[in-house]
Amino acid sequence: MTITEEKIWNILETICDPEIPVLNIVEMGIVRKISIDDTVCRIIVTPTYSGCPAMKTIEDQIIEELLLNGIDSVEVKKTYSPAWTTDWLSDETKIKLREYGIAPPEGTSEEDFFDSILTKNITCPYCKSTNTKLTSEFGSTSCKSLHYCENCLQPFEHLKCI
Amino acid sequence: MNLDKKVKSALFEFLLRMGDDRLILGHRLSEWCGHAPIIEEDIALGNIALDLIGQASAFLSLAAEVDSKGKTDDDLAYFRDETQFKNLQLLEQPNVNFAGTIVRQYFFDVYANLILENLTNSSFKDLAGIAEKCLKENKYHIRHSKQWLLRLGDGTELSNEKSQNAVDKLWRFTNELFEKDDVDKILIEEKIIQETDLLKNLWDDRVLLTLGKAQLNKPIETHDFSHGSRKGFHSEHLGHLLAEMQILARSYPNAKW
Repeated sequence: MTITEEKIWNILETICDPEIPVLNIVEMGIVRKISIDDTVCRIIVTPTYSGCPAMKTIEDQIIEELLLNGIDSVEVKKTYSPAWTTDWLSDETKIKLREYGIAPPEGTSEEDFFDSILTKNITCPYCKSTNTKLTSEFGSTSCKSLHYCENCLQPFEHLKCI
Repeated sequence: MNLDKKVKSALFEFLLRMGDDRLILGHRLSEWCGHAPIIEEDIALGNIALDLIGQASAFLSLAAEVDSKGKTDDDLAYFRDETQFKNLQLLEQPNVNFAGTIVRQYFFDVYANLILENLTNSSFKDLAGIAEKCLKENKYHIRHSKQWLLRLGDGTELSNEKSQNAVDKLWRFTNELFEKDDVDKILIEEKIIQETDLLKNLWDDRVLLTLGKAQLNKPIETHDFSHGSRKGFHSEHLGHLLAEMQILARSYPNAKW
């Protein structure tokens, strides 16, 4: 195959996360590894959460997008290790999330795996106030919790730190 | 990993047990969809069900791979009969009410926590990887079920009564949680799982501590009637659950939409 790994990464960067369309699957840390040999292009992906229902769509989109770019022999494999973590999100990615209206994870999974949503007042993505409260640890997708801003009186979602 | 026949078949059995636990409990939780007491809880139970079914898929896919007969996780989930399921009887028990669901969930979450910790040290790397992933999710599942148990047990007279009833009814299913058989022994030998002897005591300690805080008691008379789930013996409830879970896949094999 004459195609390079870099080209594949670029193609995959055009695929949005179906549940958080402002981010692509590379920014989300879902694509872990790409390898190419003479006959086949192998992509290793990892689910954010075990039951993430977007996973199948993402796998299908990878195959479809590469096919459109003339790469017809593609294998997508799932790995569980190392387990996905929000630590893989870059600072730029977190800014994009906030601008989209989702409060990004604060801190690292090492120091406050998930406890941050119970102990911290997550910053409101709209008005930046920390006068907020947790409504529910579980939200519209596995990766998000629900909060309410007492300052601008807006409910908002937060990408949980795991 | 090159495994001899005996180890391979023990590993396949063990992976079915882990996968079936999660598939059956995940299905039970999903029955709450649209019926939970409050909308946040509807979403929470749906999320946890989804995690468990995702975890089941990981374990069953690995089981299918170890078995190397060209099957998939879906084949194992939808085309096995009742006696071929290896889940704990505790997990197939009906939801009854919210208190019953929470007690069952807390019993399982603590059990799962101990087993998953154990598996993260597995010599079989694929299994250790899945365990590491599941453990992350298990930590917030436990937090959810424990907090509810404390609130319901130490809540109103009625919520305490319903929770105590659930503890009384479900306790009898917990004696087999860490029952060890040849499958476990073979895998312990291979360091695929670590020694499990101490886990039942740890489970008792943790669960009794929480029950105490929740103003709930372990039943005085316990009838240890559940045995053999891991060999495929089940209560009457599993068949009904499977009928609902499997009917579509069996009526229209290989259907796609």
